[in-house]
Amino acid sequence: MNTKNDPIETLSEIRTMMERSSRFISLSGLSGVSAGIFAVAGALCVWIFGEYNSVGHYSPLQYEHYISGNIYPWFSIVVAMLVLTCAIISGIYFTTRSARKKGLPMWDNTSKRLVVNLFIPLAAGGIFALILISKGYFELVAPITLLFYGIALLNGSKFTLEEIKYLAYTEIVLGLIAAYFTGLGLLFWTLGFGICHIVYGIKMYYKYER
Amino acid sequence: MKDIIHGLNKAFESRIRLGIMSILMVNENAEFNMLKEVLNITDGNLASHTSALEKLQFIEVKKQFIGKKPNTTYNATALGKKAFRDHLDFLEKIIRTKS
Repeated sequence: MNTKNDPIETLSEIRTMMERSSRFISLSGLSGVSAGIFAVAGALCVWIFGEYNSVGHYSPLQYEHYISGNIYPWFSIVVAMLVLTCAIISGIYFTTRSARKKGLPMWDNTSKRLVVNLFIPLAAGGIFALILISKGYFELVAPITLLFYGIALLNGSKFTLEEIKYLAYTEIVLGLIAAYFTGLGLLFWTLGFGICHIVYGIKMYYKYER
Repeated sequence: MKDIIHGLNKAFESRIRLGIMSILMVNENAEFNMLKEVLNITDGNLASHTSALEKLQFIEVKKQFIGKKPNTTYNATALGKKAFRDHLDFLEKIIRTKS
């Protein structure tokens, strides 16, 4: 038997082909890190804004006490949108870079599938959060966005690096805890979207991109 | 050892055919261009291997037009999937006997 037909080599080649055609493997860990940094920065902005506009002194994390008039929730929504936009842009940037380094296409079947599977639950959660805001249930926005984000990641985990499902479980658990401790939304939000992203991103970066 | 090697399907000797089957095992179907990108080969090369697999009835070809562009998709047949699985089983056996 020559090396060309070495069964171990053949099997590993089969594995690569299966993975490469069904999973989007270029998702960069750095995009997680940058999304986390933007989330922490956004949360800090909201927190500082709340500090400036608070009447009386409450625990800095119980943000519903800060609401003076209706400015505060709207300020938070604008910041959240900005964070989302920055996270997506930087995510695309780092992932494109990683795809180019690997010599793989950025926009192919696997990335399309990943995006579709991520965005259906994510859009449902986003719309749900907007409905909650319109009804005045601000304290439920953090748990709902965490929960739906976790579910979206879990759904997408079949189409990209498998480890993302651990991030998904973490977000779901955080979302549920945040739903119970409704006053601490900002804290859980910072943990889930900020710290978890940074930790996950660094781990993935060291595992796959170094 | 000899009859184990005999069990290896001749159709899967080529790396490219093996690749095509691997892709079609995990994807319901695959476009010609997608196969070409993943396998990183030329049109002509891919076409000759797909037609070989088609002749063996391991894969099916669907040709249609999206607008004015011809679009060719492939999917693995039940026969092809079975042959591929058997091939993997044989590869596994070889590794086991070796170690």
